[in-house]
Amino acid sequence: MTEVLRILRKHGFYYLLFLPVAVYLIIFKYVPMIGIMIAFKDVTPFMSMGEIVTSSFIGFKHFVNFFNSFFFWDLMENTLMISIYKTLWSFPAPILLALLINEVHNTYFKRISQTISYLPHFFSMVIVAGLVYVVFGVQGGLVNHLVVLTGGEPQHYLGDPRWFRTILVGTTVWQTVGWGSILYLAAMAGLNPETYEAANIDGASKIQQVRHITLPGISHVIVILFIFRIGDLLDAGFEQILLLYSPSVYEVADIIDTYVYRAGLLNLKYSFASAVGLYKSILALLLLLAANKFAHFLGHQGIW
Amino acid sequence: MRIKATPMERLFYLGNYVFLIVVSLLFLIPFISVLSTSFISTAEWARRGNFVLIPEAPTLEAYQFLFGGSKGTVFNAYKITFFRTIVGTVLCLTFTGLGAYVLARRNLPGRTFMTLLVFIPMVFSGGLIPFYLVVDRLRLTNTVWIMITPFLVNPWWLLIMRNFLMTIPVELEEAALMDGANPLTVLLRVYLPLSMPALTTIGLFYAVWHWNGWFYAAVFNSNRDLYPIQVILRSILYLGDASYRGDLGIMFEPEMMPPAQTLKAAMIIVTTVPILLVYPFIQRYFVKGLLIGGVKG
Repeated sequence: MTEVLRILRKHGFYYLLFLPVAVYLIIFKYVPMIGIMIAFKDVTPFMSMGEIVTSSFIGFKHFVNFFNSFFFWDLMENTLMISIYKTLWSFPAPILLALLINEVHNTYFKRISQTISYLPHFFSMVIVAGLVYVVFGVQGGLVNHLVVLTGGEPQHYLGDPRWFRTILVGTTVWQTVGWGSILYLAAMAGLNPETYEAANIDGASKIQQVRHITLPGISHVIVILFIFRIGDLLDAGFEQILLLYSPSVYEVADIIDTYVYRAGLLNLKYSFASAVGLYKSILALLLLLAANKFAHFLGHQGIW
Repeated sequence: MRIKATPMERLFYLGNYVFLIVVSLLFLIPFISVLSTSFISTAEWARRGNFVLIPEAPTLEAYQFLFGGSKGTVFNAYKITFFRTIVGTVLCLTFTGLGAYVLARRNLPGRTFMTLLVFIPMVFSGGLIPFYLVVDRLRLTNTVWIMITPFLVNPWWLLIMRNFLMTIPVELEEAALMDGANPLTVLLRVYLPLSMPALTTIGLFYAVWHWNGWFYAAVFNSNRDLYPIQVILRSILYLGDASYRGDLGIMFEPEMMPPAQTLKAAMIIVTTVPILLVYPFIQRYFVKGLLIGGVKG
């Protein structure tokens, strides 16, 4: 007891400073975590907080219903495929861009092209979606204009299941490639220039230098960023898809997150939507743990 | 020592420049095409009906529709956006700064537990619906605070801030305490001035997050007077969707509505220009912040 008093007297000021943060975290982060128990109940929209807490548990009914539903595999497939396609394109793109920018010796050109490439990172997803709507517009859109010029027929690309995922992937690359190149460029700037000079004297070509000096030199950044990416593989881009999709492309566009949003907030199936959300949260946590383990296995510090 | 470029290398450099110019254009073209679309007049649109790079008779019709009229929707939306950005950033910085300051104290008993309290939400969350129930039952929905109160701390940025504070030598604090300063003075006079660079960077992170935020303002709020500009833009993007037509009728004066495409374009410009104006000044802070966070992990 006296020990507690001693600590409080010495450090009480700092605990007091931390109190607002702790209260914030408990209310807005930890109460929702406890609130996930509604996935095991039947909560209706008009229940008070007290009624939600005291209502009885019904077990795994919502989970069973979800796993047995006809859309379960569609949602899994869409989530994973969109995410994997995005990774396939938007992961290597910044590395390539960084390699090319790194070969520019004119400082002004370098700075201007970098500044332009970072810009989309600062745009909200609504702005990016807006650009997509206007550029891909059926009437007056740039893309359809070019299609017509080359002898094609104007199309409603955003409403076309054959094109929707391509637009998602392209938009993601467009928005993230510049910003993503920063860490690689910083790693490249840290490489020893004498190594390149020695390689030059030995007659190594540009490609050989990239393969044997640059890429090994930045491999630790590539590995750690790839592990991060695997850790949130289930995030296929909720806001982006929510802003761009429509019922005509649900078959290729509806992911777990958009489904939770519609089931929970539009159709008010709180408990069922929470069950689907919890399924995703647990799967995401397992992925992250596995990715982190893998990082340790490779001798990297990992995420923690 | 510099070795003369071989013809192959010169070709490579030339190709590299050309490629990077094309890439830069790919970033700019969507924006330029939207800018020119926003100036097309109703008459020209009706007559040509396809993509126009340079309007024959540029007009401000679409902008007049957005800013004119008696309802002042766009002005009000700017006001809401400024409010949430300024008040939100100040509150976020206060909470994040205090949390980081406490977690940066190496000799504080319970520090590991408190750090864990911040860290766990980074890897696991209750999900959208339980979060909605909490903010709804706290009566934050349909108030301006729905955009601010639930988002006071980004755990990731708090830990970056903590890492920065841990680089400030403890000796400074010890010296101030020797001179008779109390803990509050140490915080305000020693640590606060020294952490200005980090506070600026993290503050800009929060400010841009608030400026760009739309989801909670649109989904957990149905009061049109509280729509920030991003949400107005979203309503206009859904112009083709009948269920949003009524929405727009209430927010604007629909009798004189310009073509949907020019209206969308103009609203994109209205939303983007403030970001473009500050972008050159804030960009380097973001790069710095990314590099600090990236190195420390």
